[in-house]
Amino acid sequence: MQVNGEQVALAEPVSVADYLESHGYRAERVAVELDGAIIPRERRAETMLHDQAVMEIVQFVQGG
Amino acid sequence: MIPNPVTEESVANTPLPPQPSVVNPVGTAAPTPEVVDKPLNLGGHEFESRFILGSGRYDLNLIKATVEHAGTQIVTMALRRAQTTENSVLDYIPEGITLLPNTSGARNAEEAVRIARLAREVCHTDFVKVEIEHETKYLLPDNAETIRATEMLAKEGFVVMPYMFPDPIAARQLEEAGAAAVMPLGSLIGSNMGLRMRDFIKIIIANANVPVIIDAGIGRPSQACEAMEMGADAVMAYTAVASAGNIPLMAKAFKDAIAAGRAAYLSGLGKVTEGQAVPSSPTTGYLH
Repeated sequence: MQVNGEQVALAEPVSVADYLESHGYRAERVAVELDGAIIPRERRAETMLHDQAVMEIVQFVQGG
Repeated sequence: MIPNPVTEESVANTPLPPQPSVVNPVGTAAPTPEVVDKPLNLGGHEFESRFILGSGRYDLNLIKATVEHAGTQIVTMALRRAQTTENSVLDYIPEGITLLPNTSGARNAEEAVRIARLAREVCHTDFVKVEIEHETKYLLPDNAETIRATEMLAKEGFVVMPYMFPDPIAARQLEEAGAAAVMPLGSLIGSNMGLRMRDFIKIIIANANVPVIIDAGIGRPSQACEAMEMGADAVMAYTAVASAGNIPLMAKAFKDAIAAGRAAYLSGLGKVTEGQAVPSSPTTGYLH
């Protein structure tokens, strides 16, 4: 699958919530878009990633 | 005879003339006039501060002091792909500050809408500063795409604050599209060049029904003050503060300049006479 523009191998099926936690993202500070659609916080645990998924994980940075 | 030089002592020993008893009785200080002002209203949300601050390009640990010295209630930020090792700017913003995400990086209306929705998912506020640019040399906003994005986002319930090139016709179209404010640039973003677009900004201010916030190019407090004297409703600054030697002190200088400019605007500025002096002393009773 693809995460933030990088190819990532998915060893086994995993939920969005588990992916964020296992990769060290702060769940409360990011937004997730999966295959073009925002996955709201409350649906991350039930939303599973797949081999062809394209995921964007974004956060706020300093800016004007 | 050579007159005595004026010294501090001679000044101190000179008796003061009697105070006029009617206008300003002896022993009574003249009252300081209060600045009677309305809050800044953005989409139904009210703010006392008229200074919007960018969130950085400087040490994250300086943000709190800078926000406090600026007296600001609104801080902007950008949305980017997350790095797990990066500190979150949100950890450094004081409580009670309204976050204003921008859509920088968007090249058209659809990309701006996508970024705005993601930003809302992170911070749960409806404020968004629409910023649509195509190139990096001038970073000029695309007014046509900005109008389209404003219409789409306003329909979704966002408080839309579009960054725009100061075209008075586009400003009216943005209002019609549902903008909560318009944010014309003073000069090129990050340039510190000041209010180069002043004549067109004056036209926008004269015809606006929503707040006009001068964004981009304001390089020093005197320029922010001038913008407020002209009748701008607020000023946004970022580079001018971020590139200062003492960042929190510059934030305070901007705060004071914006307050001074606002008070001057509310007072009503005197008339400018071109090429014609106006005597400030009586023109009768001369000694010749």
